[in-house]
Amino acid sequence: MNITLNGNPATMENDLTVSGLVSKMGFKGRAIAVEINGELVPREQFDRLLADGDQVEVVTLVGGG
Amino acid sequence: MSIDQPPQIEKVESQPVQDSLFCIGGFEFRSRMILGTGRYDSFEAMRDSFAHAEAECVTIAVRRDKQHDSDSRNILDFISPELVLLPNTAGCYDAETAVRCARMGREILRQLENPGERWVKLEVLGDSRTLLPDPIETLKATELLVKDGFDVLCYTSDDPIVARRLKDAGATSVMPAGSPIGSGLGIANENNLRLILEDLKRGDPEFPVIVDAGLGTASDAAQAMELGFDAVLLNTAVARAACPSTMAEAMKLGVLAGRRAFLAGRIPKSRFGSASSPDVGVISSRST
Repeated sequence: MNITLNGNPATMENDLTVSGLVSKMGFKGRAIAVEINGELVPREQFDRLLADGDQVEVVTLVGGG
Repeated sequence: MSIDQPPQIEKVESQPVQDSLFCIGGFEFRSRMILGTGRYDSFEAMRDSFAHAEAECVTIAVRRDKQHDSDSRNILDFISPELVLLPNTAGCYDAETAVRCARMGREILRQLENPGERWVKLEVLGDSRTLLPDPIETLKATELLVKDGFDVLCYTSDDPIVARRLKDAGATSVMPAGSPIGSGLGIANENNLRLILEDLKRGDPEFPVIVDAGLGTASDAAQAMELGFDAVLLNTAVARAACPSTMAEAMKLGVLAGRRAFLAGRIPKSRFGSASSPDVGVISSRST
């Protein structure tokens, strides 16, 4: 399955959930937000399966004014 | 009175005006300074600056990057949980991206159970060299975010008409720039800032108006507060000072001094002198 992750093309195994992706990225248990195809995915829906072609954003808080 | 006795301090009849709390978006703060979390040399320097500023609210950005420094440390571990977080949309250049960014910030704060989840500092830039805001996209984003239930604190230019349009669109606060972000130029157009204050507070004196961006040192913060702004928002002036925690304290004192001067009511300016001593009984025959 090919997705776009934070602007870059990425190949992932099939049947990958949002929480699976978050763990893979080392963000498990961290304060993050996930967006798929421009729509926010609330944490309660992290068992959602990713689909081929999904545009995925995973963001965190960083220092900034 | 004998010179051996200490002088008795007379009872003070007139007490200084008591300041009210800074009320914004349902929060009440003693501090009238919101600090940014960026550009510090270390998380420790940031944490110490917040302590010396006696900050109660800090603004934080949303990014794809990991939230760790080179030692894999998390910035959130250096921000006291007592501080209210104000997520921002820094670095967005169009309304649509800013709205997405705001929603993601809200989701993160919801997980952190930080009360700042309901508000956002909206920043929609129009130019990467000056970092000046795009007023049209800012207005569009304000309308969308207000409809989505956000309390929107709008970073904007010092244009009084744009400021009015943002308030009319339902902004919780309007935050004109003193000068470009990170420039340290202070208040570049004091007249425009006065016009914005007068306009937004006419018939609505509690509406919070904040100077956001461009302040370079404590006198800039004092100037903003003397004009009657409710608070200042700053980042670079503290984070990039040679000693950030000392500048944080200086800014706190500048804000306090300016605010006290505003409450006190300054004397009007005059082109001529006005003697503080009586002009009669002078031991001189000079007539004028």
